[in-house]
Amino acid sequence: MSPRRLRAVLQKELRHIVRDTRSLLLALALPLLFLVLFGYALSLDVDRIPTVVYDGDQSPESRDLIQRFAASRYFQIKGFLGDYHDIEHSIDTNQALVGIAILRDYSRRLDSGQEADVQLLLDGSDSNTASIALGYADTVLRQYSFELRTAGENHKAGMLLPSPVDAQLRVWYNSSLESKNFIVPGLIAVILMIIASMLTSLTIAREWEMGTMEQLLSTPVRPAELVLGKMMAYFVVGTADTLIAVVAGISIFQVPMRGSFLLLAATSGLFLFGALFWGIFISATSRSQVVAFQLGLLTSFLPAMQLSGFIYAVENMPPPIRLISYIVPARYFVKLTQGIFLKGIGVDILWREILFLGLFGAAVFLLTTRKMRQKLA
Amino acid sequence: MSAAVEVDNLVKAFGDFIAVDHVSLAVEKGEIFGFLGPNGAGKSTVIRVLCGLLSPTSGCARVGGRDVAREPEQVRKTIGYMSQKFSLYDGLTVEENIDFFSGIYGVAKERRKERKSYVLRMAGLEERKGSQTRLLSGGWKQRLALGCAILHEPPVLFLDEPTSGVDPVARRAFWDLIYELSSVGHTIFVTTHYMDEAEYCHRVGLMYAGKVVALGAPADLKRDMKAYSLLNLETSDLLASMRAIENQPGIRDTAVFGAGLHVTVDDPQAASAQIRDALASSGIEIRRLEPIAPSMEDVFVAVVEAEEKKQS
Repeated sequence: MSPRRLRAVLQKELRHIVRDTRSLLLALALPLLFLVLFGYALSLDVDRIPTVVYDGDQSPESRDLIQRFAASRYFQIKGFLGDYHDIEHSIDTNQALVGIAILRDYSRRLDSGQEADVQLLLDGSDSNTASIALGYADTVLRQYSFELRTAGENHKAGMLLPSPVDAQLRVWYNSSLESKNFIVPGLIAVILMIIASMLTSLTIAREWEMGTMEQLLSTPVRPAELVLGKMMAYFVVGTADTLIAVVAGISIFQVPMRGSFLLLAATSGLFLFGALFWGIFISATSRSQVVAFQLGLLTSFLPAMQLSGFIYAVENMPPPIRLISYIVPARYFVKLTQGIFLKGIGVDILWREILFLGLFGAAVFLLTTRKMRQKLA
Repeated sequence: MSAAVEVDNLVKAFGDFIAVDHVSLAVEKGEIFGFLGPNGAGKSTVIRVLCGLLSPTSGCARVGGRDVAREPEQVRKTIGYMSQKFSLYDGLTVEENIDFFSGIYGVAKERRKERKSYVLRMAGLEERKGSQTRLLSGGWKQRLALGCAILHEPPVLFLDEPTSGVDPVARRAFWDLIYELSSVGHTIFVTTHYMDEAEYCHRVGLMYAGKVVALGAPADLKRDMKAYSLLNLETSDLLASMRAIENQPGIRDTAVFGAGLHVTVDDPQAASAQIRDALASSGIEIRRLEPIAPSMEDVFVAVVEAEEKKQS
């Protein structure tokens, strides 16, 4: 390895990057674009569920129950219907996801100590949202009926009875259970994977297409110097992208950053090595810019989106797919960003992920130089 | 002292296709060696093997006494290569291209400035060192490519059709450069399909269908051809004349050359009389009929046609 040749390659690549203003601007705008697009669109939170009510009882008791739903941030009462059958119409026309039907004898049955039925109708065509809505509704109703029962018993006993079990719930790391706090750090990892491999996926294919590769192969420059020099140049762009994504995540999305910035920087750097080398590898393999771009996108975007666990839990996947996910570097980096951002944990816990990223980078680097050492034909 | 370039029984096959078929040749130090042949004859393949871009299927290629397949890295330090396709960086300026190649050829720091100004002067690009390479005309690009290939003062230069697509004036200027380089000791191995350029070479090798079919100094090759004589024939109807004299005894070959025919014959005296008779009986008017000295182009055509006949 000659520092002089490495420097020559690095300098040349930096010049290419700076000259190609349009690509550079695009590369710097992409993280923001992705972050806004996915960060806002990929909200998994189910709240303000549109709800309609048929109140056949029209009593203080029934209004009290409806008030419970209205007060919850998960339900938004869209309207009161005069006819039970209008609920079906509201759900069919997507005006409501949930219909609450309270029957005529609700308050009478409550007063006489009988079981009073409340009917919930849910749009199950979006099964995920429906089951979450069902869970929320169940909680509201349970809480309400528990309160009614204790009130009744207290009344009977003439004193305040202690409740048997009182669960003290505390959610750690993301206390408001906002999905953005979980999505955005993972998203940063996914974005970097995609951008990094796209940045470098053209770099060697372009040299093949322009005929400059043939020239380079006739010179003393070594594959390792070419690959490293190119990687270092794009590393600068990748670092800028990382910075933009992290700053945007913290400022626009208000994601808490509880861990060490230094660790985040170091692991991002390590991850960038691997991702950039991956792009160069794709580029060296395909020799045509069109193929390289498509391959680069395919091999970074899909695994990063689907197999990194940034939205879809890897643990729930069938074993063969889970096995594949182990070689997806984004999977480890998602763990790292989520761990550092939300949990504030350090190397003592995350060392496995860090080790893997290092191994991945080294392996792809070796693979790429080997690929480049092959001759023209 | 070993030759600057030695090729010994070199074979390069791509699958079933044999691009280079047992080629042997040697180029001495300081020599300008021209490699001629029709497109697809295998010239570029030989050059690519010599530059370490392709590995030989069998046989041996040595540059400066070093085996290209065994010591590619050592060989690469001692050669300059200019490929058929323009292969500098379009988006970089003239100066930046020079700096880049200076860096990867490992030109010593204290020599860089001097080499850069030499190349700029040689290519006539001093005024344009700041312009982007894509804006240069063909002749300039080609001189810059040559300049970048000699930054590290390589003992051996491989030029693969360096003058294709360049105007005649620029071609002439380019050959002046090649002479200059050869006079200071560079060995130059150049492929071309311009026959006039072949005349400039110290020695030429003629390649046809993967084989070297003639090898020697241009003057020697022309003299060898004088076993046969060449007549220049101009008539009122070229194609009819060709038909009339073809297949006559003593006439070996006819080929269209500019406005006339070049007729290869055994005995110029007898053949001239024969041609006059044949054309007179066909009613074709003879404007000119004279013996001439063969050019490299004649040698080329004659050798290629002889090979074609041999193969069919």
